[in-house]
Amino acid sequence: MAIHQHRIGDLLWRRFVILLPYSWLLLFFLVPFAIVFKISFSDPIVAQPPFTALFDHSQNLLNRFQGSLNNYLFLLEDNLYWISYLRSIRVAGISTLLCLLLGYPVAYYIAQSPPTRRNLLLMLIILPFWTSFLLRVYAWMGILSTNGILNSALLWMGLIEEPLQMLYTDFAVYIGIVYTYLPFMILPLYANLERLDLEIHDAAADLGGKPLQVFWDITLPVSVPGIIAGSLLVFIPAMGEFVIPALLGGLDSLMIGRTLYDEFFVNRDWPLASAVATILLLILILPMMLFQRTQVSSTESNP
Amino acid sequence: MTTTADETTAAPEPSAESYLQIRSLCKDFDGITAVDQVNLDINKGELFAILGASGCGKSTLLRMLAGLETPTSGRIVLDSEDITDWPAYERPINMMFQSYALFPHMTVEKNIAYGLKKEKIEPDEIDQRVKNMLDLVQLKGFDKRKPNRLSGGEKQRVALARALIKNPKLLLLDEPLAALDKKLREQTQFELMNLQEELGVTFIVVTHDQEEAMTLATRIAVMNSGKFIQTGTPTEIYEYPSNRFVADFFGTINIFDARVINVTGRELTVEVDQSDIQMKAYSDKPVAIDDNVGIAVRPEKISISKQLQDGANITATKGVVEDLAYYGNYSIYRVKTESGQLVQVSAQNQTRSSDHVVEWEDEVYLSWEQNSSIVLVD
Repeated sequence: MAIHQHRIGDLLWRRFVILLPYSWLLLFFLVPFAIVFKISFSDPIVAQPPFTALFDHSQNLLNRFQGSLNNYLFLLEDNLYWISYLRSIRVAGISTLLCLLLGYPVAYYIAQSPPTRRNLLLMLIILPFWTSFLLRVYAWMGILSTNGILNSALLWMGLIEEPLQMLYTDFAVYIGIVYTYLPFMILPLYANLERLDLEIHDAAADLGGKPLQVFWDITLPVSVPGIIAGSLLVFIPAMGEFVIPALLGGLDSLMIGRTLYDEFFVNRDWPLASAVATILLLILILPMMLFQRTQVSSTESNP
Repeated sequence: MTTTADETTAAPEPSAESYLQIRSLCKDFDGITAVDQVNLDINKGELFAILGASGCGKSTLLRMLAGLETPTSGRIVLDSEDITDWPAYERPINMMFQSYALFPHMTVEKNIAYGLKKEKIEPDEIDQRVKNMLDLVQLKGFDKRKPNRLSGGEKQRVALARALIKNPKLLLLDEPLAALDKKLREQTQFELMNLQEELGVTFIVVTHDQEEAMTLATRIAVMNSGKFIQTGTPTEIYEYPSNRFVADFFGTINIFDARVINVTGRELTVEVDQSDIQMKAYSDKPVAIDDNVGIAVRPEKISISKQLQDGANITATKGVVEDLAYYGNYSIYRVKTESGQLVQVSAQNQTRSSDHVVEWEDEVYLSWEQNSSIVLVD
């Protein structure tokens, strides 16, 4: 009897533990998104809230729905949005690639270090999070500006004649994004490489694989889940990044995050901004679903 | 007859022409010696076992043979070629790892084919050889499976197939049966022996299991703290252990600490410590009066009875049965002798009658042939 009760308690507890993340997602992700999604079909008005109601209850049943696809159609018409989306994809894509190229060797090195050193190195990777993100971006402004540390150093060494324009360029945006998101690439990669049975490298060498071949044949394919996880963790926030391009980028470095901000707070066109956000989400969900599929197919295999 | 190669006189008994020659091989890790002056000669087609407890250096030795670890000093010669400085990927040696180390992202087929692909062999030939190999290790129909869909025994066979397909001059097996359950282990053991016989490949097996070493190997080296303590056939090592470590490590043995009181040629008379029990034994090693020696006897060499069995060349001592365990076909007795020492005896239960059965607290005589006693001088 006691055992039975124990099992019921166990079951309830398990349900509760599973329910917790789901309700979190529901409350803080799905509900806000539903609101944004709803607003995207309204029209902007000068009022509080600044958009028309989606359902007019004074009308008869057929005409109650007042929403339209106007905002989405407008996104298609105006080049500005296309350019912003494509630019964001490009910047996020290149940044992700740079993070991968820089992060992979670092993650590999940490994973192969003795356990005591490993913790220290991981600490160093996480350490920047202890300072405000905004502060760190401002620090980069100090480094990259015309009279900044980097230009002064280059001038002093005689490598350049006059200061380089680095701040307010794409170069600065890439530096900012790669710097900020590198840990998000390193940590999942490390988690993946650390679990890797190092004996499979020995086995590949033993079977005739030269060091570079062993990397291509074994290490890289086995770490694909880590690469995908890290890339998503960099690509997704970089795609919607607003602060870094706003502070480090030039006026022409228009990214979707900035456009979104402008629509919401400068133009106060909430419905259009909601449409922009919805499309952004669709762009981001697509690669995630692809990732899910590769995950499933890698754990399953034909009998 | 016995090859008692201890660390100082590590004179290998096969000729200098032997297939694999290991000469004064050493490996230090940050000042800690893992492998210490190992000499070994192995003939072509041998199934050789290296036996030792964990941390004795046996795996390091194996990894040096595979080229995965660089020796601090010493040479390795295989088939008349000095391969000491060859990288792992060029050595005609393949290894079966303890963890099997199968490539998790590749199917069974691709795992087995990997070594041949690196040799740039024609795809048609690879397919054919993989097929043959799958037949040989009885994994027909498993070719498209990934390692995570295989049982322990199946993984073991894939690992074996993957190493064997390159026709290595030397196959190294690191604890090949350790991860399998008891029944599967016995079956696999025989499969491994048959395979070795069929292919004629030279095998070196590393194991901590003396039973495994004994049944598998044609010759065994017992290793301790980086050194080979004794090399010989299973019988030689079991019946003629060269010292206390080997005697103790290899099977069960009773050791009486004793003092030599008389020496006549090979025959010595000893008195067991803390008693007036005298025993006679033969020693091939020089022993002097007053030397402290160990007289070792295997449990199955001792006969147990309620009546004193006397005769020439019989050593006998009296004791009381402290403990007995009945296993059906045989029984194990622990007998406390007059000197207070517990002696383990195993006896076949040859009759069904309970007339002569030895029971708890019985006073019994233990006796054994004088030449069953092993004299241990260190």
